[in-house]
Amino acid sequence: MSQHLDEALSGAATANPKTPFILKLVRFREFAILLALVLVFVGTSLKNTSFASTSSIQGLLSGPAVIILIAVGETLVIITRNVDLTVGSVVGLSAYLVGDVYVHYPHTPVLVALLVGIAVGAACGLVTGTIVAYARVPSLAVTLGLLYIIRGLDAVIVNAVQINATSLPAGFIGVGANNFIGIPIMMWIAIIVVAVVGYAMRNFRATREMYAIGSNPEAALLAGIPVQRRIFSAFVVSGALAGLAGALWLAEFATVGSTAGTGYELDAVAAAVVGGVAIFGGSGTILGAALGALFLNTINQALVAGGVSSFWDQAVAGLLLVLAIALDRYLVVRSERILRVEGRDRGRH
Amino acid sequence: MEDTETVLEKDAAIDLGGGRGLVSLVRWESGLVILLIACIICGTLSFKYFFTPQTIFFSGLDIGEIAMMALPMTFIIITGEIDLSVASMLGLSASTLGYLFLHGWNIWPAMIVCMVVGAVAGAFNGILITRFGLPSIAVTIGTLSLYRGLASIILGTNTAVGFPLSTLKLSLPIGKSEIAYDFAIFIVMAIVFAVVLHLTSFGRSLYAIGLQKETAFFSGIRVNQIKFRLYVLSGLVCAFAGILYTYQEASANNVTGLGLELNVVAIVLLGGVSIFGGRGTIIGVVLAACIMAALTTWLTDIDVSGEVQSIIIGGLLLLSVLVPNARDGFVRIRALFKRRKVGASL
Repeated sequence: MSQHLDEALSGAATANPKTPFILKLVRFREFAILLALVLVFVGTSLKNTSFASTSSIQGLLSGPAVIILIAVGETLVIITRNVDLTVGSVVGLSAYLVGDVYVHYPHTPVLVALLVGIAVGAACGLVTGTIVAYARVPSLAVTLGLLYIIRGLDAVIVNAVQINATSLPAGFIGVGANNFIGIPIMMWIAIIVVAVVGYAMRNFRATREMYAIGSNPEAALLAGIPVQRRIFSAFVVSGALAGLAGALWLAEFATVGSTAGTGYELDAVAAAVVGGVAIFGGSGTILGAALGALFLNTINQALVAGGVSSFWDQAVAGLLLVLAIALDRYLVVRSERILRVEGRDRGRH
Repeated sequence: MEDTETVLEKDAAIDLGGGRGLVSLVRWESGLVILLIACIICGTLSFKYFFTPQTIFFSGLDIGEIAMMALPMTFIIITGEIDLSVASMLGLSASTLGYLFLHGWNIWPAMIVCMVVGAVAGAFNGILITRFGLPSIAVTIGTLSLYRGLASIILGTNTAVGFPLSTLKLSLPIGKSEIAYDFAIFIVMAIVFAVVLHLTSFGRSLYAIGLQKETAFFSGIRVNQIKFRLYVLSGLVCAFAGILYTYQEASANNVTGLGLELNVVAIVLLGGVSIFGGRGTIIGVVLAACIMAALTTWLTDIDVSGEVQSIIIGGLLLLSVLVPNARDGFVRIRALFKRRKVGASL
């Protein structure tokens, strides 16, 4: 709903010169986050000059790649007015299974390993999607249950046997450690995924229908949109991306036990919501969610570089999430008011 | 919209069924009783000390705080909202208690401060949700992180230990009986909550809010005020649970109670409370808490690992949302097959 309001409003705003400039900018959430990102970065660099060094920036870029991938998938699901809380567990399962493949077949090509991760994640997404879409039960409860189940399954498979860097080939670990044209390979993968999914979300019929479902499920159904199939695909994509993220997680940390990715589901939701994805569906962009993930991670790093104890991380992330939701709400209420005033004025003429 | 209607329909069906002999016995709570008995029988068969006072004491001790937090959560879910920050509020209360104790406070004023912290945390949730109209799931995911973060800031990596000996009594049975303090408190609280929910107009208004917020509002129910109070109540109960938890563990740190919100929601949903709001009973939640306690004890006794236990708990949670929808699902699947057949014959 707010998607349409936003669109209608951007038209209204250009027609109405009295709308403050800053409000017009804030409405482009991607721009607002980018601005905040730059402010945080410059501010921290002034306090601690090593924050702006090349290696530090590369760290800032490779760190959030895993969360960006999960947040992209989560965004698809949230846009259809659902939520996927399994992603953290899927990351853990996929990371371990990919490691397990290397333990048994040490010469597996990197690409195949990543595909294994994607397949594991897609399989999980298949289960979640089937239950949510076809049994028509609320995704919050279903994915909460599956969060337990997949994590338990992971722990049973791990059986207290960690996989260490010695079992992993240098080529695979290189994916998590090396750079390509100065940017970490992990980030390249995230950028490609964001670009592809972001393009798809803007231009394809199936993905536009996801927005319609999130805006108004009943109307979407009446309009002939295959609601169940779209929700199902959103969950499969979310699972697959979480699986890919799991494989990359392993490449980054090179050691995996049974707790990999614990709590990532909340980070992903936080990143998406901070990035302007409405929690009730129907509105939000992939780029926004990715920037949200980058922003939250940069804040964490900035706190460390700025000499603030890392204990503040979580509190700040939570506060930002609450502020982001409050800002969204404020903008929607404001848009509605402006639209009402415009409508009245038009009626008078 | 459709969801609300189905819930309404079911609610009406249950009301009509009431007092019609056997039909009225077919309800969620009866299933829970059977499940509980099954757990106890299985437990006794595989472990001869299962149904002894000692085992029951330890089961009660383990589930007490979680079950306590499930009570206000039941109220909140019945009004159609959710509070995912409960375990973080428990942790915040425990950390506050630990911090104050490490700084030489007397235990009583420290506990009062903890309760105030819990009430403020709950009120913050409540203000954001009622005054600003923000979605409760997003708000409480945010405050889950925020309150846990505050706990980390307060206590750092410290672990507070060495609480007065008198507090250790709380991890022992009451007097000569074999009842755990926290479980006894839970039962007393459950009775109070049950009376409020089922026998007062306040309780009925919770169902009204959960079924149709607008209608409730136009019927003169102060929707926002009630929701706000529920969140404050949740904060208070969680803070209290945090204090008990600290005394039982005889220590507090910033990860106390991490992740318990999932157990709490699992108990409430298993108890037959509809995630859409408007449906659920306290007796169901109490039974669900007992099942959870019996099941965990039994599984631990027969050497089922914690990992497999979490699979089983997750499965139960899944079942508890799938089963109520099973009839609708069955009808839909049959319709699907019929359509296929018609399509094939054409």
